[in-house]
Amino acid sequence: MKIKPFFYIFLFGIISVSAYSQNVKLININQLNERIKNGKDSTYVVNFWATWCAPCIKELPHFEKLGAEHKSEKLAVLLVSLDFKSKLESNVIPFVKRKNLKNEVFLLNESSPQEFIDRIDPSWSGSIPATLFIKGDKRKFVESEFTYEQLLTEYKKL
Amino acid sequence: MKKIILLLALAFSAFLSHAQNAVTLKAGDAAPDFKLKNVDNKEVSFGTFKDAKGYIVVFTCNTCPYAIGYEQRIIDLDKKFKSQGYPVIAINPNDPEASTADTFAKMQDLAKDKKYSFPYLFDPGQKITDEYGAKRTPHIFIVSKTAKGNVVEYVGAIDNDPEGNNPQKIKYAEDVIASLKIGQKPAITQTKEIGCTVKRKAKA
Repeated sequence: MKIKPFFYIFLFGIISVSAYSQNVKLININQLNERIKNGKDSTYVVNFWATWCAPCIKELPHFEKLGAEHKSEKLAVLLVSLDFKSKLESNVIPFVKRKNLKNEVFLLNESSPQEFIDRIDPSWSGSIPATLFIKGDKRKFVESEFTYEQLLTEYKKL
Repeated sequence: MKKIILLLALAFSAFLSHAQNAVTLKAGDAAPDFKLKNVDNKEVSFGTFKDAKGYIVVFTCNTCPYAIGYEQRIIDLDKKFKSQGYPVIAINPNDPEASTADTFAKMQDLAKDKKYSFPYLFDPGQKITDEYGAKRTPHIFIVSKTAKGNVVEYVGAIDNDPEGNNPQKIKYAEDVIASLKIGQKPAITQTKEIGCTVKRKAKA
């Protein structure tokens, strides 16, 4: 009988943790670099997208599939939204919940595109979707939309 | 075996042509002239503006949230600078089949609704888009008319405040024209900005 409240607290804890995992964290470029440098995975696929970008939304399932199917290979897929910060609560979080995204989702907390675009990759013109592949010292940046096959090919080439 | 190699080569070149687009012009390059149909059905080229000292060529569209966010600022650029010799010329770079809200008829509707004071041109086959190497909407090219022809002076963003809420914003486009007007080269000739990709027909 006495265990019951603890059980509920435990259950509540699990639910809130899993709800939290669908949260969207603000991240700046330094924090993103830290996340990649200090992460325990060996390969990072960082996709830049936005809720307003139709081709991005079309390819998001491919990134979900890649992340799910290659989790055991120490792959982390990070989805970095370029939506305006003011749209975090109204657009981005509801979108992530509705699509039930399992990969880690962030919203880029940078104000000057002129500066941050080059820090992601100097070859980037600024259009999205765009994806950064990182494995150890290797970095590859691709500014175009992927089919699942194209994405898988890029991942396997790393 | 030969067949497989050929197939692979074909697949690879198809991938390349999809991923690789035309090179974006930069300051100092010649600005290619064009003759494109405006929303009023008349053809517009650089020569349409006989007294112009230069041009603000904006690749923009009906649909992209960034383009919509910048729309009023584009209207304001024309209001402010056409009379000073730098008219706005807007070109829609999107393929109307790939982006069905960017058809010529819908461009006409938008231009009428928002009372565009500048031409809004349709680019069939995205030919001019590729000659300029426009990558996204909005993407602006400021051009000056010189003795040697039309020259690109600046490529990039209108300002560094896409959301439009930063009072300290740097107004790149206005700064460029201010320099050109006093016969100087602009201090900043290239900037980057987030935006929607130019919409193209899917390649088979």
